[in-house]
Amino acid sequence: MFEWMAWTTPVAIFFTCIVLMLIGMTVWEIKSPTVQRKGWLPIATTRGDRLFIGLVSAAYVNLAFVAVSEKMIVWFGLEQEPSIWISFVLSMLLLGLILRKG
Amino acid sequence: MKPVNQKAWLLILPVVLCVAFSAILPLMTVVNYSVQDIISPERRVFVGTEWFKAVMRDDDLQGALLRQMGFSISVLLVEIPLGIALALSMPAKGWKSSAVLVLVAISLLIPWNVVGTIWQIYGRTDIGLLGATLAKLGFEYSYTGNATHAWLTVLLMDVWHWTPLVALLCYAGLRAIPDAYYQAASIDGASKFAVFRYIQLPKLRGVLMIAVLLRFMDSFMIYTEPFVLTGGGPGNATTFLSQYLTQKAVGQFDLGPAAAFSLIYFLIILLLCFILYNWMQRVGTRDNSGGNHG
Repeated sequence: MFEWMAWTTPVAIFFTCIVLMLIGMTVWEIKSPTVQRKGWLPIATTRGDRLFIGLVSAAYVNLAFVAVSEKMIVWFGLEQEPSIWISFVLSMLLLGLILRKG
Repeated sequence: MKPVNQKAWLLILPVVLCVAFSAILPLMTVVNYSVQDIISPERRVFVGTEWFKAVMRDDDLQGALLRQMGFSISVLLVEIPLGIALALSMPAKGWKSSAVLVLVAISLLIPWNVVGTIWQIYGRTDIGLLGATLAKLGFEYSYTGNATHAWLTVLLMDVWHWTPLVALLCYAGLRAIPDAYYQAASIDGASKFAVFRYIQLPKLRGVLMIAVLLRFMDSFMIYTEPFVLTGGGPGNATTFLSQYLTQKAVGQFDLGPAAAFSLIYFLIILLLCFILYNWMQRVGTRDNSGGNHG
């Protein structure tokens, strides 16, 4: 049925995480509604805003890393391109930071 | 906390389902394609982030992105002030206002590819009004040979096609301002500029926000008009993002890189719209608070 969507496991995991996040945020919102507040981000945000900003920022961090990973071989004298997992961890840290303090 | 009736969510369920089938599922497919090398529908190879690497390091893409940003910013810088000026100078009532509204709206009714064709002929130096006039005046105008001319012609075409939309939106916004504001301003002896700066412009905030977002997104996705007018040339001078994407996806059938590129395109639009929306919201609240104190 979903053959046309050309599913792969990593993408399936990715979307499962997104769906779980949305369900989690909904449950959290029902249990304790969010309050708009101002952190280090330039705008006052709700929890959902921060999740959105965090996810988009995480995507940008990964893209930027992918863009410069070839040049990093020269910059840091590496033998091969650095693993994408480094930027994944960095982006998740950024997401956490935005969610907590943003 | 006040109890909130959540039954309204059920009413938007049909829309959610429609959007899921028309937008979300195809988008998920694009994500799937972006990590695979699609050789044929049956033969696919998982390649991880390979396409994202290729796209992010593609000089042609970066060129197209820069051109696109330059184009969209130029479009906003020209069309928004021009649209406001046009709306301010349009007659407010009587038969003249109806006649002007129809005249202004004409260019909006023309299909994109026809707009391209109109300008293609308009710019020709042998039979086109614009091209021939410029040639007679001594300019060596050629939108097919000179990159700057091609760029300016595409910009002019977009301004011609879409400024009326901005003007109509602003016109509607202006007509919605109650007379009492103008009366108060005339009692205070406010100049025309002061009326514009402190009454009309703040009241136009809502429609201007819609105008800026619409024009930004539309110009960022522009395809048909430059495709018909210049075909992206000369060289790559007017190859904007969507045309580059189409070349990859349809022309070369590189579905993987094209999918990765689409996702990056999507992220750029998402970010820019988010920034624009928040910025305009903020400008608005600052203006309102200024108005309240004053």
